[in-house]
Amino acid sequence: MGCGLCLVACVVEHSKTKDILMAYKQETPRPTPRNVVEEGEEGACFSLQCRHCQEPDCVDACVNGALYIDNGVIKVNKDHCVACWMCVMACPYGCIYREEREGSWNSNKCDLCPGRDVPACVEICPNRALVYEER
Amino acid sequence: MVMSSSLWTDNFHDFYVDREQERCIQCLVCVRQCPYEANVYREAAGVVDSVHKNCTGCHRCESLCPTRCITIRTNPSEFRPHANWQPREIKNIYKQARTGGVLLTSTGCELPYPNYFDRILIDACQVTNPSIDPLREPMELRTYIGRKPEKLEFERTETGEVRLKTEIAPQLKCEVPILFSAMSYGAVNLNFCEALAMTAKEVGTYWNTGEGGLHRKLYPYGDHTIVQCASGRFGVSKTYLGTSAAIEIKIGQGAKPGIGGHLPGEKVNRDISETRMIPVGSDAISPAPHHDIYSIEDLRQLIFALKEATDYEKPVFVKIAAVHNSAAIASGIARAGADAIVIDGFRGGTGATPLMIRDNVGIPIELAIAAVDDLLRAQGIRNEVSLIAAGGIRNSADVVKIIALGADAVYIGTAAKIAVGCTVCQRCYTGKCPWGITTNDPRLAKRLNVEIAAEQLTNLIHGWAHEIKEMMGLMGINAIESLRGNRERLRGVGLTDRELNILGIKHAGE
Amino acid sequence: MRYVIIGNSAAGVHAVEEIRKRDGEGEIVMFSREPYLAYSRPLITEFLFDGVPVRKMSYRDASFYRDNRVDLRLGVEVVEIDREKKEVLDSRGERTPYDKLLIATGGTPFVPPIKGGDRGGIFTMMTWDSAKAVKERLPKTKRAVVLGGGLIGMKTAEGIYEAGVPTTVVELAPQILGRILDRRGAEIFQDYLEKKGMEIITGDTVEEVVGESEVEAVRLRSGRVLECDLLIVAIGVVPNMDLAKKAGLQVNRGIVVNERMQTSDPDIYAAGDVAEAFDIVVKEKRVNAIWPVANRQGRIAGANMAGGEKVFTGEFPKNSLKLLGLEMISMGLVDSPDDSCQVITRDEGERYVYRKFIFKDGHVLGGIFVGEIDKAGIVTGMIKNGVRMNGNRERLLYGPPQLIYLDEEYREEKLTRPVVS
Repeated sequence: MGCGLCLVACVVEHSKTKDILMAYKQETPRPTPRNVVEEGEEGACFSLQCRHCQEPDCVDACVNGALYIDNGVIKVNKDHCVACWMCVMACPYGCIYREEREGSWNSNKCDLCPGRDVPACVEICPNRALVYEER
Repeated sequence: MVMSSSLWTDNFHDFYVDREQERCIQCLVCVRQCPYEANVYREAAGVVDSVHKNCTGCHRCESLCPTRCITIRTNPSEFRPHANWQPREIKNIYKQARTGGVLLTSTGCELPYPNYFDRILIDACQVTNPSIDPLREPMELRTYIGRKPEKLEFERTETGEVRLKTEIAPQLKCEVPILFSAMSYGAVNLNFCEALAMTAKEVGTYWNTGEGGLHRKLYPYGDHTIVQCASGRFGVSKTYLGTSAAIEIKIGQGAKPGIGGHLPGEKVNRDISETRMIPVGSDAISPAPHHDIYSIEDLRQLIFALKEATDYEKPVFVKIAAVHNSAAIASGIARAGADAIVIDGFRGGTGATPLMIRDNVGIPIELAIAAVDDLLRAQGIRNEVSLIAAGGIRNSADVVKIIALGADAVYIGTAAKIAVGCTVCQRCYTGKCPWGITTNDPRLAKRLNVEIAAEQLTNLIHGWAHEIKEMMGLMGINAIESLRGNRERLRGVGLTDRELNILGIKHAGE
Repeated sequence: MRYVIIGNSAAGVHAVEEIRKRDGEGEIVMFSREPYLAYSRPLITEFLFDGVPVRKMSYRDASFYRDNRVDLRLGVEVVEIDREKKEVLDSRGERTPYDKLLIATGGTPFVPPIKGGDRGGIFTMMTWDSAKAVKERLPKTKRAVVLGGGLIGMKTAEGIYEAGVPTTVVELAPQILGRILDRRGAEIFQDYLEKKGMEIITGDTVEEVVGESEVEAVRLRSGRVLECDLLIVAIGVVPNMDLAKKAGLQVNRGIVVNERMQTSDPDIYAAGDVAEAFDIVVKEKRVNAIWPVANRQGRIAGANMAGGEKVFTGEFPKNSLKLLGLEMISMGLVDSPDDSCQVITRDEGERYVYRKFIFKDGHVLGGIFVGEIDKAGIVTGMIKNGVRMNGNRERLLYGPPQLIYLDEEYREEKLTRPVVS
């Protein structure tokens, strides 16, 4: 329904403090969401995040292995990433984001919230539009 | 009609959005969710601001704000106190001076007329007539709606078995004495209709199409659907009548007795047009009266036409607004062959009605039911019809009280909407319901997740059913049948003799 | 079962991963004529100016070879394939038998005969060693010339320029980056780079290298003489298919393979820059010498070598490039092949923003994003999956592309069903 709470949940979950006010008001740089709410004509809209493909184009495109598959979850090693944006070029869902941290850039993407049973965006969704299931 | 400048009244808004800027993280959830554009992002200034005059007090933004920085408040700006010229009256005049139009509103009457439910108390058993523990003893809430025979006759078959000789009219079996009242597809959206239908099926009760027709998608719920035949006859066909559990002829509605309805053409999209069987974009106008009903005899013709069309297999209800002579009319309806009479009190809801009519026409359901029950009993025809009370039922105690006053069951509408999020902001008529209930804008309608809504409705019915059983237990009653018309178990507080007399109850202490 | 892999870059590494997914027992022998664990070839130009730390150039560390039990033979070149005996002969004279063989030998820079081409100070850029050689020379280099304005040429020019050495690019074509940008896109890039101080000469080429023993200048076809003490030749790359040719395998512009990456010998596979495979945009077989394709082909070859069933469904050119801070992504065609295509563009070249899309029969055949590249992959996906775009196509020109622009059915499919890629 396009409220955007999933974006907020993502930012908070991936902040240092995991406190909503701290994440938005104090932390610099402010974490950026790893998901997006797309809105189209006639009310179509959805929250979109990495689909964690089985044969991901992004991982194949990554020039130095910063993107990797860990137990079915596609992760980015931000310290290894060289910001060449091959993944941005490759992801057919547009779900890899450019992120600036302390003057240097790296890719950023959904990591399915390690340590949580259900990703934060799914948990917060007030309309059960987001569901977490393995396919 | 000239629209005058609105500037000089804009600041006299009813609500304001109290935003704690220190807590606002500018996530824009409130901006995205307000269909009235009461929250806006001022990009240049980098702040989220509110346009208070647009706020309808729906609380959508408040409910979703992740930092709870929003509180919706009534505007504290006060006019000079005046018993006669209350702010409400002043603002209404401003509105009309500006627009020259009829004041529109939604839901039921909001004025503080006496509420008899709140002046009736329920009796309880102590020592001499022990109460019943509903957790240990069976409690019967099942209710059959329909014409009951005066007496039962039996006969013996050739093989010697006893068989019921009396022919029983079609009955509607309700597992709880609570049904969902008529809310038309168009006034509400398909998601809400589907949630009602799913719930009705789940809990063993019925939902009502109103005069919006029955969307093809909901045909599978036909067994739990009451289809309405109203003055506009929208969506009425043989299939429609056949895909139902009962048929309801709507004569009047509590929120707007004596007037018709109007679904503006711009709301008639393709799906609604197909369901109502009218062209896309055409106004759906329900006339004030049925143009073929000017007497009880005419009504009888329609009742039997509908019975004929459905092979006498389905009960036919007639719904009227609670008015001064409801009792006499109800008697006529019973004699015209209806299986159930629905009386809709003046607090009953609506998707759109003129404010003056909603707040000034009709009578309370408590008085109407008591009067109708009395008259039908006096005339010895109470068994010929079931009585369904509608209009302003807020909780399970209201259900118990109205049944004790003489109803067989109740219809709930507004309560069902509240169960799925409605905050009674009374702006259904704008078609922009922020909760996705009374809107067919796909952007807004999707806010109502059918699955969640059905769960909430089911929970509500289950909760009320539990409470009703508890209350029956403390009265020492184990079947809802024994509660019906059992006015001895009610007492009034602060009521005049006249009121007690009409309600047919004693005063507390008697 | 013994698998032998010739080449330790993208295709080879991924073949190992896929083999091990299916066969934990078999032996894997891997040859590399370079002395390094797998590193990121696309990053060698960054090495010139320490644009990325060396640790980030690592593509797979030692644990990869250990965990996958790869018998890695670094600095050893395979010189011959004996298909009869099913064994390979290496530069040490050792013979290694194979059951399944993968040729993932990549490409070599093409160096045309140039007058004076035997002078010192002339380099190509393809391997880490070549980058090391160039880097070593940079401190004493006053001016560099890069011959060739393609991807490798431009990235090398950037590297040298960033290392503080004045750089001139000489490109024979009328534009730089001809494979990955159209004329206008290249113009914008050229303008940007020139404003940053890089010299770019198009429509000209080096005809002669001047100098005693070392390069001192180059003479261009136009007669112009450019003083320089370093010349990089980067006019193209050719597949390393000598081995395959000698072994009698079918070759064309690259080694010919089927959709399972099998060569004309069913026990020999080829993948990466050396293989010729189907391009779904031009609808013919060609060598798509790009990193993601090498990875994908390596996976497919590896899977099939180990008894799996994977097919290559086709690829197309796609590139992401950043030069002195200006970013671009392009995919598929960059120029309309004929009048049957519709082209839409948004040209804000003055602020280095440019977009172009080529459509045919409702399908996207190519796209260019200069300056604003977010979510460009959605267009890559559209080409890959042959999706039609609904409604107003102009929307693609502004802001990041949205999945919601695409057919509802496609979205439904992509968002609600199991996701392969």
